[in-house]
Amino acid sequence: MSANTWTIAAARDALRKREISAVDLTMSCLTAIDAGDALNAFVHKTPEIALEQARAADARLAAGDAPGLCGIPLGIKDVFCTKGVPSQAASNVLKGFKPEYESTVTSKLFGDGAVMLGKLNMDEFAMGSSNEASCYGPAVNPWKIDDRKLTPGGSSGGSAAAVAADLCLGATGTDTGGSIRQPAAFTGITGIKPTYGRVSRWGVVAYASSLDQAGPMTKTVRDAAIFLQSMAGHDPKDSTSADIAVPDFEAALTGDIRGKKIGIPREYRVDGMSSELIALWDNGVAMLKDAGAEIVDISLPHTKYALPTYYVIAPAEASSNLARYDGVRYGHRAQLAAGDGITEMYEKTRAEGFGPEVQRRIMVGTYVLSAGFYDAYYNRARKVRALIKRDFEQAFAAGIDSILAPITPSSAFGLGEKSNADPVEMYLEDIFTVTLNLAGLPGVAVPVGLDAKGLPMGLQLIGRPWDEAGLLNHAYVLEQAAGFVAKPNKWW
Amino acid sequence: MSIDIDTARKVAKLARIRVEEANLPALATQLSGILGFMEQLNEVNVDGIEPMTSVTPMRLKRRVDVVTDGNIQEQILKNAPDAREGFFAVPKVVE
Repeated sequence: MSANTWTIAAARDALRKREISAVDLTMSCLTAIDAGDALNAFVHKTPEIALEQARAADARLAAGDAPGLCGIPLGIKDVFCTKGVPSQAASNVLKGFKPEYESTVTSKLFGDGAVMLGKLNMDEFAMGSSNEASCYGPAVNPWKIDDRKLTPGGSSGGSAAAVAADLCLGATGTDTGGSIRQPAAFTGITGIKPTYGRVSRWGVVAYASSLDQAGPMTKTVRDAAIFLQSMAGHDPKDSTSADIAVPDFEAALTGDIRGKKIGIPREYRVDGMSSELIALWDNGVAMLKDAGAEIVDISLPHTKYALPTYYVIAPAEASSNLARYDGVRYGHRAQLAAGDGITEMYEKTRAEGFGPEVQRRIMVGTYVLSAGFYDAYYNRARKVRALIKRDFEQAFAAGIDSILAPITPSSAFGLGEKSNADPVEMYLEDIFTVTLNLAGLPGVAVPVGLDAKGLPMGLQLIGRPWDEAGLLNHAYVLEQAAGFVAKPNKWW
Repeated sequence: MSIDIDTARKVAKLARIRVEEANLPALATQLSGILGFMEQLNEVNVDGIEPMTSVTPMRLKRRVDVVTDGNIQEQILKNAPDAREGFFAVPKVVE
């Protein structure tokens, strides 16, 4: 098998034994990337940087100084600022922007010897669930069942497509309302959104700061553990980053969950849920039970209010965060007409630079924060958010170790199939994922099987705050039991 | 809460996003749909609930009040659409 198809764990071991060089491993990914343009996953390729980093990694490997990610070729979501490399969060408003600094996450990855292959497609400013809201055009799901091109999900759609198609060994993602877990589910890969504060947000283009959290997207749970190890940790440059010790995530993968209590939230069994999804979920429950876990029916009574809460809070924070795109300090500035002043400059720049969904969310946020509506919408949403968080706290206080739930209402849909719909229809994609962002909890997506159409379906496990180690072990058990090994047939 | 065209125009103005008059009715309809969806929150009893301010209770870190960088004018101006003589340049703002 070509080296680009390897897992991070397999590549790490082969690199350390010097069975392959980091340069050769990187070359096999660069070849796959050039052959994968139809997926539109990599939007800025950085082969020179990759080969330079690979050569440096080979030197470290030869010297016996090789952290887990040393020499591992990765894709980086376009939302991470990377020094001297376009970083535009898939927005025209940041066209031409090349940061003069490196995000903390990419600094840490590079410090551990990781190789950057390029920047990955996404929904503009991470606002979307299909990757169709991108200035680069949509990334395409490597899974295909007929003539239609399917969405890889969003917002980390390029990351998901690239990992599923073996263009890279792993990719960074960010998850504000499901943007790691939903695309992971649509492409049959693994992705973890860590506890809020576990991974630094410094140098990550902000969408909704109280919800945004970066995490790895990988082929296996073990790879997620190795990758997260490098990303996680306290960063003085992010005031919300937690000064809490990072355990050894890979060492936590014991495969033993006997006696652990897995909660099954009854409110996630929503009206109109497909029998296929119910069967998938029941299967997951049976797998964990067979592994010796205790299955407990739990209630999270405010679940149904998570989505409207999210769609007040996230746009409110976005309207504030995105105020910085004014055409003055970086990015796009509109051509001005004679007599235009600074207000026209702002208004034209932002109308040209932001896509329709971003404009919509900024305006919704502006409205809910405006005088007279602040209490009715924004403050009420913050109070409901406290109740959603309390639901989880009560479940964990009752001894629940993790919660098993669906990720998406269905498998991947066709590109364009929801683009003319009411925006709210697209928002419903996030119905199972936003709750844990609101509560700040970690969640991991694990591929569990194929649906009747032949497309991957995943389940998510939601963990206690700061217990990514335990959560990944539960995910590892689910992964081993499900034995999901299907890969998309190469058409690109 | 239904958003009329005047409100849509006002919101666009506050957000500093130029929206053509012809596009305001569609915008108003979309915003109304989204806000209608949020109305569900009115069903929740939030009496006595404190708004959530932080995800995990922790004291916001304070750093020592010292300069940790500086003398990077060139880097700061490097991505500016219009920078002249060490400044960001914008259209005239004083009458």
